[in-house]
Amino acid sequence: MDTEIPEIIANRVEPPLRRWLTLLGPFAGLILVIVTFAILTGSPEKYLSPSNIRITLSQTVIVAISAMGMTLIIISGGIDLAVGSTIALAGVVTALCINAGIDPFFAMIAGIAVGGIVGLVNGTVITRLRVVPFIATLGMLGVARGFAKWLANQEPVNVQPTWLNELVVTFPNPPWLLLASGVWIAIVLAIVVAVILRSTVFGRRIFVLGSSEAAARACGIATEKLRIAVYGIAGLFFGLAGVMQMSRLRQGDPTVAAGTELDVIAAVVIGGGSLSGGQGTVMGSMIGALIMAFLRNGCQQLGWANYIQEIIIGSIIVVAVAVDQLRSRNL
Amino acid sequence: MPILELSGISKRFGHTVALERVDLSLQAGEVLALIGENGAGKSTLMNVISGAVRFDSGSITLEGERYKPVSQLEARRNGIALIHQELSLAPHLTVAENILLGSEPARFGWINRPELNRRALEILATFHHPEIRPETFVGKLSNAAKQIVEICRAIASNARIILMDEPTSSLQRGDVEQLFRVIRVLKAGGIGIIYISHFLEEVREIADSFTVVRDGRSVAVGRIGEVSDSELVAKMSGRPVEDLFPKRGKMNGRDKPVMQVKHLAAQPALGDASFELWPGEILGIAGLIGAGRSEMLRALLGIDRASDGTVIVDGQSFSASEVSPGLLLRLGVGYLSEDRKGEGLALPLSIADNITLTRFSSCSRLGWLDLNQQLEQAECAIETIGVRSENAMQQVGDLSGGNQQKVAVARLVHQQAKILLLDEPTRGIDIGSRERIYKTIADLADSGRAVLLISSYLPELFGMCNHLAVMTRGRLSEARPISKWTPELVLQEAIGSARN
Repeated sequence: MDTEIPEIIANRVEPPLRRWLTLLGPFAGLILVIVTFAILTGSPEKYLSPSNIRITLSQTVIVAISAMGMTLIIISGGIDLAVGSTIALAGVVTALCINAGIDPFFAMIAGIAVGGIVGLVNGTVITRLRVVPFIATLGMLGVARGFAKWLANQEPVNVQPTWLNELVVTFPNPPWLLLASGVWIAIVLAIVVAVILRSTVFGRRIFVLGSSEAAARACGIATEKLRIAVYGIAGLFFGLAGVMQMSRLRQGDPTVAAGTELDVIAAVVIGGGSLSGGQGTVMGSMIGALIMAFLRNGCQQLGWANYIQEIIIGSIIVVAVAVDQLRSRNL
Repeated sequence: MPILELSGISKRFGHTVALERVDLSLQAGEVLALIGENGAGKSTLMNVISGAVRFDSGSITLEGERYKPVSQLEARRNGIALIHQELSLAPHLTVAENILLGSEPARFGWINRPELNRRALEILATFHHPEIRPETFVGKLSNAAKQIVEICRAIASNARIILMDEPTSSLQRGDVEQLFRVIRVLKAGGIGIIYISHFLEEVREIADSFTVVRDGRSVAVGRIGEVSDSELVAKMSGRPVEDLFPKRGKMNGRDKPVMQVKHLAAQPALGDASFELWPGEILGIAGLIGAGRSEMLRALLGIDRASDGTVIVDGQSFSASEVSPGLLLRLGVGYLSEDRKGEGLALPLSIADNITLTRFSSCSRLGWLDLNQQLEQAECAIETIGVRSENAMQQVGDLSGGNQQKVAVARLVHQQAKILLLDEPTRGIDIGSRERIYKTIADLADSGRAVLLISSYLPELFGMCNHLAVMTRGRLSEARPISKWTPELVLQEAIGSARN
């Protein structure tokens, strides 16, 4: 038996450095992917050229913005399978608003709001009706997609180009922006969400909710309202992603983004999010989104078939989580 | 004036009387030890005070005012904090965040992190634990440190009464000293503490007064300094042995053991356990909850990883780390888990499926189940043990607890196990079912099976067993014939040698 009294001191202090170390894994993965494809393509200067990087970043925007919302949800111990449908619905609504003569800015707000409403419905069903998140959002996957098709009359809603369609172009106007305005929006939002998660009561309570719902309830936190808020806010991000999708396609396509939720969940998980809740960072999720974007882009450059990409990305998700498990076991 | 006073508190769960006219009185700055055997009603009493369970009759006054909490939240608002054996902390958050959970220093929603850490450190320092750093993640702390954090959280929420349920059950000796220091600081601050523990030595060291509960009644109250250990033990154990137990057949001479377990260990719960099981005999294992009895079975079966030990079944020797549940099943070992709903039975499946689960071979051919045969065998087993059900196709989840447990025992009979390992086979079930299960176990033993019986209910052990061993903090005593034991001796063994 231990007679050493300071046994209780056996708590290892977590230096701030560790926070960065947990990001190091995904970051190393990103570097590895970039270096590998730079070599494989045989022309690193082309793969890493400013224009290719711009293309890749623009392609990342939709998954990245969605991943911010998904990070909130996954930290809180939930899941959302309706992301792709929400994106399509928000895109259709935005396109319809523009065609109805509404100012593009307000059309964008409408698209974002639709995402938020879908999220609030999800949150309400999960908390008030006690349907587990997997099922509630699986249902919403069908419902939102159906609404999108209904509103769009089952065909893409074409729009006249407006400034809204400049959001995710490869070459921004004015050129001094360097990156498309959508990319800048994503970067700013990522910083905002990261700060909210780290430094606000609301943000920390999302972690409590996912880490131990019993503890949250015992300490007088209104867990149901909090969960609805999380889904609602995440929905706003999915709505914005829908606007970006519409902006890129120059149409509101009700069948677009099917399966995007899997990319989004993968980005969060590769970035260190835990599906059992309580863990995850926006930074990690962004790196996760970039890993997948650079992978896709690299495969395209090499002329590899789509199915190869799918096999690689599927494997990476499993490897990332397995590595994370091993690491946490050795701590 | 006492800060908390209970008078005539009663609580029933269905037909079971959990509490019967319990009285209790706690002063500010006092540590009151609540002692009693497992199942005496201590935890129900704690749940009543902390608002998790509503009482049926009686009254509680809190600082002179009537108090009838309807939720844990309300109890917490009234300054009552319960510290569970299993702690409720958020592992992914820091110590400071956990301590001030629900009352974070913030401005317009922005957490003031330096202030958060400063206040947490202040509270930790009050308890002489400034070495627990506020920015550490709680998941990385030792159990002892987690407990301190939980106590700090109670203080941060202005608790005036703290209920501690077996706070030392997961602590090492050095940590117990630390906890006691914290409790003394609480006392000095005028906080009332109700302290549940089995360990009389601990109680003597920290408590001022005591209340003994037995069978849901408060049977003795007093100052801890004015009573001897043996008096307390007598108060705790003094219950009549019920006439529930079947007459056991005469024992024949011993031939050779069917199972030998040598130096089985599974850190940290199980230190060292050795025993032998003989055909026709029941070996009882007594001990306090958390002493490591279930852990011993789980390690023996290979459900949890054993760190050391040898298992010999029918002359075949295995190292404990290579044993798996499947291997033992093939060797004729049957296991009854204490967790009936989680591990023992598949509640959504039918009685027939549950009974034949471990020996499908009896009613199948080349992997095809013969459903009629399965049903027939299940019905036969139901008949023998007297499961009350409509038919064998009924879902197990629909049965009462006692009948569910009969199904679990019927499975062992159907399995034709030669060695039965039973973990709390009668916990929480009605008298009638208990009687049937006792009879079945006795019949099995008398027909030459070897039985190991873990129980927290002493009369059961004395009524059923041929031999008895006591588990104390992960160490199993030598098995002695039941005639060499008395209830007092067992309790003393379980409690007395608890702290070396």
